[in-house]
Amino acid sequence: MSHASWVRLLERVGAQGEGLVAYLGGLGYLALDTVRHTLTGVFARPRIKTDETFFQMVRLGVRAVPIIALVQLFVGMTLAFTLAPVLEMYGQLDQLATVVAKAIFPQLGPLIAAVVLTGFAGAAIAAELGTMVVGEEVAALRTSAIHPIRFLVVPRVIACVIMTVALAVLANIVGTAGGGLVAYLILDIDPYHYYHTAVESLLVKDVVTGLAKSGIFGLIIVMVSCYEGLNVSGGAGGVGRATTASVVRAIFLIITANCAFTALFYFIW
Amino acid sequence: MSDSVEPILELRGIQKFFDGRQVLKDINLVVAPGETVVILGPSGCGKSTLLRTIIGEETPDSGHVYLWGEDACCASPARLDRLRQRFGILFQSGALYSSMTVGENVALPLREHTDLDDDIIRMVIKMKLELVGLRDFENLMPNQISGGMRKRVGLARAIARDPEILFYDEPTSGLDPIATSVIDQLIIDLGAKLGVTSIVVTHDMKSALHIGDRIAMLYGGEFIAVGRPDEFRHPRDERVRQFVEGLADGPIPLRVSKTDYLDDLLGAEVEPGG
Ligand SMILES: Nc1ncnc2c1ncn2[C@@H]1O[C@H](COP(=O)(O)OP(=O)(O)O)[C@@H](O)[C@H]1O
Ligand SMILES: [Mg+2]
Repeated sequence: MSHASWVRLLERVGAQGEGLVAYLGGLGYLALDTVRHTLTGVFARPRIKTDETFFQMVRLGVRAVPIIALVQLFVGMTLAFTLAPVLEMYGQLDQLATVVAKAIFPQLGPLIAAVVLTGFAGAAIAAELGTMVVGEEVAALRTSAIHPIRFLVVPRVIACVIMTVALAVLANIVGTAGGGLVAYLILDIDPYHYYHTAVESLLVKDVVTGLAKSGIFGLIIVMVSCYEGLNVSGGAGGVGRATTASVVRAIFLIITANCAFTALFYFIW
Repeated sequence: MSDSVEPILELRGIQKFFDGRQVLKDINLVVAPGETVVILGPSGCGKSTLLRTIIGEETPDSGHVYLWGEDACCASPARLDRLRQRFGILFQSGALYSSMTVGENVALPLREHTDLDDDIIRMVIKMKLELVGLRDFENLMPNQISGGMRKRVGLARAIARDPEILFYDEPTSGLDPIATSVIDQLIIDLGAKLGVTSIVVTHDMKSALHIGDRIAMLYGGEFIAVGRPDEFRHPRDERVRQFVEGLADGPIPLRVSKTDYLDDLLGAEVEPGG
């Protein structure tokens, strides 16, 4: 490669890196602003909008319950089908609950719940806020001295984080139960035995790190989608682009964060 | 207007660029309390941009906006919020909050910024909606009413807290003649009876002559004429005359592109602006 093309390649990599840094910077700034407004809302007036927060919890989270339960059920069943032959090879089929629970509680439950919720809540938030930007609603809020972060972002952040964790709990239980269903119906494992093996095998660490991560996933989902939504430009097309971008970017960041935090917990706990 | 009155709004040397293209060149204007100033100009000349600059939604690339003598461009967010609580804005699209009913839209500024009881707020909603002739529409959603009605609800929301200055972005475009008269009369009444200062952006000549204490014509990024309405009835400036009389031929071209039409059609290489 010639000197000039190396320079051009470096420039392109540099520009990409710069874009990523600017993006993460923008996200971080929004997150800080949100924390500031949340704390203000806890300790002083204007208070956090509790009604709106509950409304968002229902809208973003409760409506995702059936789909997440169904998805997790299939995930648990798939795990059981996949792992049963391996365990049988080692004569350890009665330990099926251990491997299923150990896979779901710290990893698959929180992760898949968050990914499904990204498509559900993240896309909805980005599209909604984006439409509000395009319709000058956000400008109207701002210019009537109603801060969009306090008014729009804070309730969604609280709702989304709480619901992501709650849905991870649901996902953990339903997923493990899905494995149990296969164990009982196909593999002839006593459900009572399955249940006890699962409970005994799980450590506090498995449950706590899983739920801690899912709080972080919730934060990623809501911050990315609020950021994308509030930065929409270019009419209806811009809203569509922001919605897609928020889903893709949030999923990427969730999986990256999952890897990073799993590694971190591996070393410190 | 005597010079002893402290201006409520003052624009000094405002310039605004978009992607290197200059939209506002040198805007100067002094508005006295209680005055209704109409900003007139063809579509795309930068009227909305100017309005957004005044309300702090855009920062000017140079120049200053003084509201009540305070430089709004340099104000802290808290100060700016305090200033913003004293004005009302009607956006060009109405900008209603699409997830709230008409009534909730009007109520929001009151709910957010005052401690008024729900009963009183409900009364205020009815009063403000009655002023724009939409009292019966309180419980409808914005997407259930027409564009012109949305604009009138936007106006009801803008006056919900009895602001000292009202900014209107094309309050009557897209309205039928009767609704137009109602809104025009409302703007006049707000000024005459309540002493509200109004800045009205419009390209409706008839409204402008009717409601304005003063008219400022924006063209090419500058005010090319500022004066009382009667001075606009028989203007001397050719550009103003063309606009006032609505003539197709004159110094103001319909087309704003600078490249040659034929060259553009035939795909010839032309320098932009050449
Ligand atoms: N956010 C923006 N980015 C780039 N150009 C803009 C933006 N807003 C307005 N413009 C341009 O500025 C000019 C004036 O627009 P606008 O103020 O909306 O005109 P008016 O309200 O007088 O019809 C137009 O040429 C428009 O394309
Ligand atoms: Mg406009």
